Amino acid sequence: MPLVFAGVCSHAPGITGRADQADPEVRDAFYAAFDTMRADLEASRPDVLVIVAAEHFANFFMDNMPSFAIGMADSYRGPIEEPGWLGIDKVEVPGDRAMSERFITGVMQGSDVSYAQEWLFDHGIMVPLHFLTPRYDLPVIPVNVNCQGPPLTPLHRAWAFGESMRAAADAMPERVALVGTGGISHWPATPDSGKINEAWDRDFLARWERNDRDELLDYTDLDVYADAGQGGFEIRTFVAISAAARGASGTVHFYEPIPIFAVGCVTATYDLSG
Amino acid sequence: MSLYAVQKFLYQLNRSEQAQQAYLSDRTAALAGFDLTDEEIRALVEPDIGLLFHLGVNGQILMHFAAFHHIEWADYLQLMRDGIALYGPVREGVYAMTGYEGVDAHAASLGQHSAAVGGGPSTSEENN
Repeated sequence: MPLVFAGVCSHAPGITGRADQADPEVRDAFYAAFDTMRADLEASRPDVLVIVAAEHFANFFMDNMPSFAIGMADSYRGPIEEPGWLGIDKVEVPGDRAMSERFITGVMQGSDVSYAQEWLFDHGIMVPLHFLTPRYDLPVIPVNVNCQGPPLTPLHRAWAFGESMRAAADAMPERVALVGTGGISHWPATPDSGKINEAWDRDFLARWERNDRDELLDYTDLDVYADAGQGGFEIRTFVAISAAARGASGTVHFYEPIPIFAVGCVTATYDLSG
Repeated sequence: MSLYAVQKFLYQLNRSEQAQQAYLSDRTAALAGFDLTDEEIRALVEPDIGLLFHLGVNGQILMHFAAFHHIEWADYLQLMRDGIALYGPVREGVYAMTGYEGVDAHAASLGQHSAAVGGGPSTSEENN
């Protein structure tokens, strides 16, 4: 079954954890954009949600850091953060081990990945799920791209990984939805938290909408770090979704820098109908 | 200096209630088995958030340690700024890739004013 949904969204913990400190007008507009994304996701009638995240040392550490990892369990738990800090209660999220194994096997035809039968979700997955599957009733396949502990996988490998996910999804009988989560420019959890390079973000998002491979891969990590902070490394998840969309054009439905959330907040989708 | 060991201790603390209980019971004893310098032990036991950031601990690990110690978000950010002011630029790790010398210098490198981007210490409402 061809991929039924492809989109990206932000996942910063402040989105839920510091909601009360944000300008209500812009916060509510962002939440409304998440509501629209949820409606679009539900309208695609997915059987499973593959969520491509950039986790933050919740499961993977520099003792054995995979560039790409995919979950393979019947259920997952999260958030690893204190519920009061994140603003999301601890829950059990459904998975599907057999479906994951088939997806992983398919991805392995094109990309080398690690798999994990245990996975504690952190805000990188929990914040998007809080908005997109708030009843936690859709099976999830978690995917991680190492965006935290250099050396990081090159952008062209993130692109190839996206292509591998698309091929795997299309080969499955289930209706597969794909959501990438991450920041664009941001300096999370550092003294510069709250800094956002809006011009850089808008340029990146324009490239993402055009879905031009060369444009999207035309970054070095040093440039990204200088202009977009270590949080900018998470564009790998956005790039993977672009590749999975196979040339489809995208639409940014919402973008607004929200310093108290420590990131330029975005929701965006690709039109897969073409 | 052993940034790897500091971060590994914090990584395990962040994800294990058992490790958290051990740390709460005897902070120094909880560090046994990790190859740490006296400076690193002091930073973890006090705790000295500013020193840990100066040593190079990733904020994605450090912020949970601060929350574990009931340090409010704004205070956590300020403690890191104070650490840079007191101890100097980040020594090692991802933040040292291009040399991290403080909020104002960092903002200037982007051609931005700290207050305009919510990064300056005088804009506490924006920089949380």
